[in-house]
Amino acid sequence: MDGGAILETLRARFGAALTDTHAQHGDHTAVVDRGAIVDVLKFCRDDAHLGFDMLSDLTAVDYLKYPGREDGPRFEVVYHLYSVPHNHRVRLKVRVDEDDPVVPTAVPVWPIANWLEREVWDMFGIRFDGHPDPRRLLMYEEFVGHALRKDYPINRRQPLIGPRT
Amino acid sequence: MAETTRREIMLGEGAGTGASQDIKLGMGPAHPAMHGIIRIVADLDGETIRKADVEIGYLHRAFEKDCEVGGWNNAIPYTDRLNYVSPLINNFAYASAVEKLLGIDVTERCKYIRTIMSEISRVCDHLTCVGASSMELGAFTVFLYMIKAREFLWELVEDVTGARLTISYGRVGGVKADLPEGFEAKVRKAFKETREVLAEVHRLLTGNRIFMDRMVGVGALSREETIAYGITGPLLRAVGVAYDVRTAAPHWAYDRVEFEVVTQKDGDNYARYLVRMAEMEQSMRIAEEALARMPVGPINVDFEGRPIDPAAYVDQGKQGKTEGLLLLPIRLSPNLEGQNKREYDQVNTGDKRVVLPPKETTYGSIEGLMNHFMLIMEGYGIRPPAGEAYFAAEGANGELGFYVVSDGGDRPYRVRCRPPCLPPMAALHRMIEGEMVADLIPTFGSVNMIGGELDR
Repeated sequence: MDGGAILETLRARFGAALTDTHAQHGDHTAVVDRGAIVDVLKFCRDDAHLGFDMLSDLTAVDYLKYPGREDGPRFEVVYHLYSVPHNHRVRLKVRVDEDDPVVPTAVPVWPIANWLEREVWDMFGIRFDGHPDPRRLLMYEEFVGHALRKDYPINRRQPLIGPRT
Repeated sequence: MAETTRREIMLGEGAGTGASQDIKLGMGPAHPAMHGIIRIVADLDGETIRKADVEIGYLHRAFEKDCEVGGWNNAIPYTDRLNYVSPLINNFAYASAVEKLLGIDVTERCKYIRTIMSEISRVCDHLTCVGASSMELGAFTVFLYMIKAREFLWELVEDVTGARLTISYGRVGGVKADLPEGFEAKVRKAFKETREVLAEVHRLLTGNRIFMDRMVGVGALSREETIAYGITGPLLRAVGVAYDVRTAAPHWAYDRVEFEVVTQKDGDNYARYLVRMAEMEQSMRIAEEALARMPVGPINVDFEGRPIDPAAYVDQGKQGKTEGLLLLPIRLSPNLEGQNKREYDQVNTGDKRVVLPPKETTYGSIEGLMNHFMLIMEGYGIRPPAGEAYFAAEGANGELGFYVVSDGGDRPYRVRCRPPCLPPMAALHRMIEGEMVADLIPTFGSVNMIGGELDR
């Protein structure tokens, strides 16, 4: 299935939950409402024609300093899906505000979301509602702040923490 | 009657009832088999791992944050340090992601160079993985043989890039320099040595009783679970899924070479070993075929057939003695970036917004000088249009993805690396739970954890 047809299928199924779509550089992308994301992911995985059986990547982008998006939702959580049998890809995005940075977890859909969501929490401070193990992934628990946020200065140093006793 | 548990087989029936046998074992990060950067906290029942918690992050060095500080090309040296055993693939994959964002295409010769160098890197990576994991099982000879073979290949890499590990050879829009002279002959020689080593290792390991006892049926993961965990590369092909980015979405020159995607069925450590061994042969095949098919460059000679000293040439240009300079086709060391205009043009895209002009043009003409400064000066440089792009290449461990976001500025707004060895590490606990502590070592070796890309 080509990218346009994938987006068409999603739009037909979810309608207004898809707030925006584009196909920049051949990467077909849909922006999905936060409330619908788990349903969309499940549908992508289970629908025979879509067959997205692999969550390639899950990450986030902080749009705080992006020209023209200073006021809009601050974060975007980005899902890259891949289908092994059909060999096609799609990118899904969820926009969340700074005041309420919570997204429902995708762990029940794909187990790899466990670590990827932990990394997003670690680096961006976006919480995943219902995550079974919401610890940091790369940094240590005592680390203050979220390093990949645009307002975290790159030269900030934090004391090294010794081994936990 | 209940089935005899593994524990009872090990300890005798009824042994150790109660909690006295249960211990918590913390392995690493200083444990040598954990490569110094992984900690596994395992709940043991006797010698059986009941539950494992894998902790990563000990080698985190803020790769993605660092990329946002410099220009688009400044991230290239950081990508060297992702998978430090096959850094060339990281370089090229990142450069290709930015090229996708810019909407430009690289030259044909550059595509072939990227293909050849990636395949040489893949062989290096597999050699290191198989060698190191068999050393951890006591086969030290194999390690020495394979490191010897890797040495031949690293010499090739050194010839091309000028460095062995921190190569920084890729550039957005091309590569640093053309291949050196006589490269094909050197590749043939190195591959001949590598093939001999592989044949020797096959005789030593494949079918070796001790090796098979440790590998067959150990660390297995089902096909469904492998896919659900997003595992790609040799581990996915070891469960019988023929997914390879090189054939699924052919990048660079992979659509013009013939090779097989090697698969196995069992998904255990032994299947992974067999996949890697067979893939090395396929990689060498690709590199040889690509070398044979690579579009030939023009032969650069001086008017009198002599090479010109690059330093003298540049000096002349600096003094303004540019008359006639641009007419001279010169023949210089390929390791001096951009000194050789014809070859430079051949491996780099002609897009002036992206690629530095050859030094000949920079020092020889005002347009070249301006072009150079427009790319180098603070606040200028490469400026991809605002937008986002995801590019996947087949790294040595699987799908190596770069997701880049641009705000139209001269610096990346966001660079995300999809590390191919993170999914297998996330699934590692599924592979080792229910098995013995000693089985952890070959399983951990077979997932080929590379700290640089795992922790970024």
